[in-house]
Amino acid sequence: MSIGLYVHIPFCLKKCTYCSFVSGPKNEEQINLFLEAISLEIKMYSSLLTKEEKELTSIFVGGGTPTCLSEGQLEFLFSEIYDCFSVLPNAEITVEGNPGTLEWKKLVSLKKIGVNRLSLGFQSCQGKLLNLLGRIHTYSQAELSFMEARNAGFENINVDLIYGIPGQTLEDWSSCLKKLVLLNPEHISAYGLQIEEGTPLFGSYERKEIIICSEDLAADMYNLTRKVLSNAGYIHYEISNFAKPEFCCQHNLRYWHNFSYLGLGPAAHSSIRGKRFSNHDSLGLYVDKLRKNTSPVQQEEAINKKDEIAETIFLGLRLVQGLDLDAFEIRFGDRMENIFQKEIEKLNDLGLLERKESFLRLTEKGLLLGNMVFSEFV
Amino acid sequence: MDTEQQRVRNFCIIAHIDHGKSTLADRLLEATGALSQREMVAQVLDQMDLERERGITIKMQAVRLSYTAKDGKIYQLNLIDTPGHVDFSYEVSRSLAACEGALLVVDAAQGIEAQTLANVYMAIENNLEIIPVINKIDLPSADPELVKKEIEDVIGIDASEAVMVSAKTGLGIPELLEQIVNKVPAPKGSQKSPLQALIFDSHYDPYKGVIAYVRVVEGCLKKGDSVLMMATGKTFEVDEVGVFRPAMMSIDSLNTGEVGFISASIKNVTECRVGDTVTSTANPASEPLAGYRKAIPMVYCGLYTVESVQYVELRDALEKLQLNDASLIFEAETSEALGFGFRCGFLGLLHMEIIQERLEREYGLELVTTAPSVVYRITTTAGEVIEIDNPTHMPSAGEIVKTEEPYLSATIMVPKDFVGSVMELCQDRRGLFKNMEYMGENRVLLSYKLPLGEIIFDFFDHLKSRTKGYASLDYEFAGYMDSNLVKMEILINGDPLDALTVVVHRDKAYNRGRQLVEKLRQLIPRQMFDIPIQAAIGNKVISRETIKARRKDVLAKCYGGDISRKRKLLEKQKEGKKRMKQVGNVEIPQEAFMAVLSIKD
Repeated sequence: MSIGLYVHIPFCLKKCTYCSFVSGPKNEEQINLFLEAISLEIKMYSSLLTKEEKELTSIFVGGGTPTCLSEGQLEFLFSEIYDCFSVLPNAEITVEGNPGTLEWKKLVSLKKIGVNRLSLGFQSCQGKLLNLLGRIHTYSQAELSFMEARNAGFENINVDLIYGIPGQTLEDWSSCLKKLVLLNPEHISAYGLQIEEGTPLFGSYERKEIIICSEDLAADMYNLTRKVLSNAGYIHYEISNFAKPEFCCQHNLRYWHNFSYLGLGPAAHSSIRGKRFSNHDSLGLYVDKLRKNTSPVQQEEAINKKDEIAETIFLGLRLVQGLDLDAFEIRFGDRMENIFQKEIEKLNDLGLLERKESFLRLTEKGLLLGNMVFSEFV
Repeated sequence: MDTEQQRVRNFCIIAHIDHGKSTLADRLLEATGALSQREMVAQVLDQMDLERERGITIKMQAVRLSYTAKDGKIYQLNLIDTPGHVDFSYEVSRSLAACEGALLVVDAAQGIEAQTLANVYMAIENNLEIIPVINKIDLPSADPELVKKEIEDVIGIDASEAVMVSAKTGLGIPELLEQIVNKVPAPKGSQKSPLQALIFDSHYDPYKGVIAYVRVVEGCLKKGDSVLMMATGKTFEVDEVGVFRPAMMSIDSLNTGEVGFISASIKNVTECRVGDTVTSTANPASEPLAGYRKAIPMVYCGLYTVESVQYVELRDALEKLQLNDASLIFEAETSEALGFGFRCGFLGLLHMEIIQERLEREYGLELVTTAPSVVYRITTTAGEVIEIDNPTHMPSAGEIVKTEEPYLSATIMVPKDFVGSVMELCQDRRGLFKNMEYMGENRVLLSYKLPLGEIIFDFFDHLKSRTKGYASLDYEFAGYMDSNLVKMEILINGDPLDALTVVVHRDKAYNRGRQLVEKLRQLIPRQMFDIPIQAAIGNKVISRETIKARRKDVLAKCYGGDISRKRKLLEKQKEGKKRMKQVGNVEIPQEAFMAVLSIKD
C-alpha cells in the first residue's frame, strides 16, 4: 500500500506569534545536524518499510519554513528522499514557503528538484494584522513572491490565509479575499485563528492586550469566505480548504480519508500499519536518537477498530462532499448507519448532518459546528 | 472514701474552630502515654479525612487516659471530643451532658468567639466545672492577660488560675492535667441504682453494627446485659463493652461515672439515637435522663445523579451514610428536569456540604444538587397548614392565606470597627435587630433574628469577608414567623425547570430573579438555538435573558497529521456534554442548579 510522506523542517527566520508548531530560528550548524539526522531516519525506514510502503503518492515538506533552507540543502533533502522512496507518477510534491525566503534562484531550484506545488504563507493582507501575527513580510512582498513563483513555472499554488485575528474586521477580511481572488491561486486554505497555549499571542490574550475575535464575527467571516470564493470559481471541498477544479490537495486528502502517511523530522506524526506515532519534539533529542542509531519516535499509539472508525468519521466529515458510506462499509465490514443510527438521526434532526446519495455530509450549518457533530462519534 | 469512681474525671474541650482544640487533645494523649509520638498521626481525634481538611470535628470521640497525678494516684480521665460547628450544637449539648468538666480553650491572640461563648454557656447550664485554658501563648501576638480579663468580663468566671499552654510545643500540659484532676468533680451516681447510660454519639461498624458511645450515669453495664433504649423502645443484648484508648479495647464492665462504648448488633443508628438513655430490661430506671430530642433537619436540598443509572447507587450510599448519621434524612422524589433523586434534610449548610462531598468522594457519585431550601409553613385557603421542604410544592398564590418561614436567633461577635458593615448585612438579609452589647472595649455582640432562608445563601461568607474574617456567628432555631413569600419559577426555553424553583421574599424577588437569570445565562453554554431564560412569579415574567445560539465550533486545522490530539479534544468535548443534564432540548451543566448560591450581591 502506497503512502504519503510528510517532512517537517523545524526552522524559521522568525517565529510567528500564533505558531505552536515545533520550529526554531535558522542556524546553519543546526540545519546541518538536522539534515544529517533526517537522512539517517530515511535510511532507517528504507529497511523497515515494504516496497509498497515506499511508494509515494505525495510529498509535503512543511514547517517551520522549508524555504529558509538553501538550494543546496533542499537538493540534498530531496535526493535522500528519492534514493529511498519511489515517487509514483503524478505524485503531488508540495513545499511550503514564506514570502521573504523565496528568491528567484530558490524557486528555479525547487522546480528543478521536482516540486510541483507551492504553498505560500500569506496569512493576511493588512500590515497591522501581519505585524500582530509576527510575520516578517508585507502584503506586497507576498504578492511579489506569488508572481515570481508563477514566472518560475509553478502552476499549482496554494495560499494560506488566517481569519478571526484580534482586531480584524469583516471589511478587512472581505478586502483580503478580493485581493486573493484577483491573484487567482489554484488553492486557498482559510483557517480560523486558534490561539494556542504557550504562544506569544496567548500571552497577549492573558494580559488582556488583545481581544479575541467573537464567535459571531468568526462565523460571519467564514460564511463570507465561502460566498466570495465559490463565486470566484473555487470549490469548497474541506472545512477550511478551497480549490479550483482538479486542484484539491492530494496530500491532505490522505489525512481526511484516514489513509497511511509517514512523517519525518522532529515532532512529525505518522499513521501506518494501524499505529499512530510521533517523533521527539526537541530537535536535540531527535538528532541524538538517530545518531545513536535508535528510533526518534517518542509516542506510539495502537489504533483499535473503534478509534479507527471514529477517526475515519470525523476526518471524512471534514470533507464537504462528506463521508463515503460505501467505502466505509468496505473498510470496516459494517455500515455506518447501523453503528451510529441514533447519533445520525439526532444530528439529522438538529439540521447538522445530511445524506446525499451514498455520502453522509455536514449541512451548511454543520460545517460551522463540526465539533458538535464529530464529538458524537468518538 | 477512695473508690475507683472517685478517681474518674470526665471532661470535654470547648473551643472555637481554629483555637487549637485538636492539637491540645493530641498533647493530652501523648502526655498520658495513650500514644507515643511516633504512633501519632497528627490530630488523631479527627478521624475522617474531610474533618482534617476542613479543620473541624464532625464526629465525636471519647478517649480514656490513665494519668498518675502528683498525689501518686492513678486517675481515669475520659476526654470527650465535641464538634466545633453550630450545625452540630445538639451533639455538643449531649457530649457536655456526659461530662463534669470542660476545658475552655481560648486563643491567646484572638480572644473569645461567638461559638465559644454559646458552648460555654451551654456547659455552665449543664453545671460543668470550667477550666479556662489560654492556648498559643508562644505566639508573638499573644496577650494572655487581656484574654483572662475578657473571660472574666464576658463569661463571668474566675480566670485567675487559667492554664497557660502552647498545645503546639507542649508547654503547660502537666499543669493542665493537674487542674483536671483537682478541679473537675468525680462523677456522682450509684453502682447499685438501676442502669441509666446516656448515648452521646455513635458510629456504624460494618462488622459489629452500631457502636454506641455511652456515659454511665447510674448503675453498671456489662457484656451480656439485656438493655432497653428508652426513647426508641428497642431492646438489645450487649455483645461487647469497651473503651477507646484510643483504639477500641474490650473490658468487662462500664461502672457508674465511666465513659466507653457498647455494641449490641444494632443495625441502624436510628435505633440508637444520640441523647437516648440505655437502661436494663430486667431492672429498668423509672425515667430516662433529661434532654433527649430528635435532631431536626433545618436545610433541605434535592440530590440527583448525573447519570440516571446511578440512582440506585445513590440510594445505597445514602443508606450507608445514614447508618452513621441519624440526623441525615432523605426520601425519594422526582424532578421533571433531573429525574429520580432524593430530597435530603440536613442539620445545616455545612452538614449538607459534608454529605455531598462524602457521596462524591467515598462513593464516586457524580451529583447534581439543587439549591438548598428551608421548610416553609403555608396556611391554605382550605385552612390546612402544610410544610414545604421543596419549593416546587408551594401552592399557587390563590390557595395561600399565610406564609411563614423559620427564623434563627443569631449572635454575632465582631470587632467594633465592623459593626456598621455587619448591621448592614443583617438588614439586607431581612434581619430584625434585637440587641447590641459591648464585650470588653473592642468587641461587640450583636443579636439579630434572621430568616434561616437568608443564612443559607452565603451569609457566612459575606460576614467573613466584610469583617476580614474576625466575626464569629452562633445561632439557634427561634421558631416560625409570618413572611411575605412567593414562589419564583425559572423558565428555560419556555418551560419551567422545577429544580430551579425558589421561594423568595416578595421584596427581594425582582432582584434575585434578575441575578439568577443573568447567572444562568453565564453558566449555560451556547447551544444549537437561542434559549430564552425567564424568571416568573405566577404568570408574570419578571426578568429575561437570552442565550444566543452557537454559531461556530469547529477546529480549523488538523495539526500536521496529529489526529490523536484531535480525537482526544473531541473526546473531552463529549465527556463535558455527558456531564450535563439534558432538559428537553437544552443541556444544562451541574453548576447551574446551584446558580442561586453563586450570586454575588
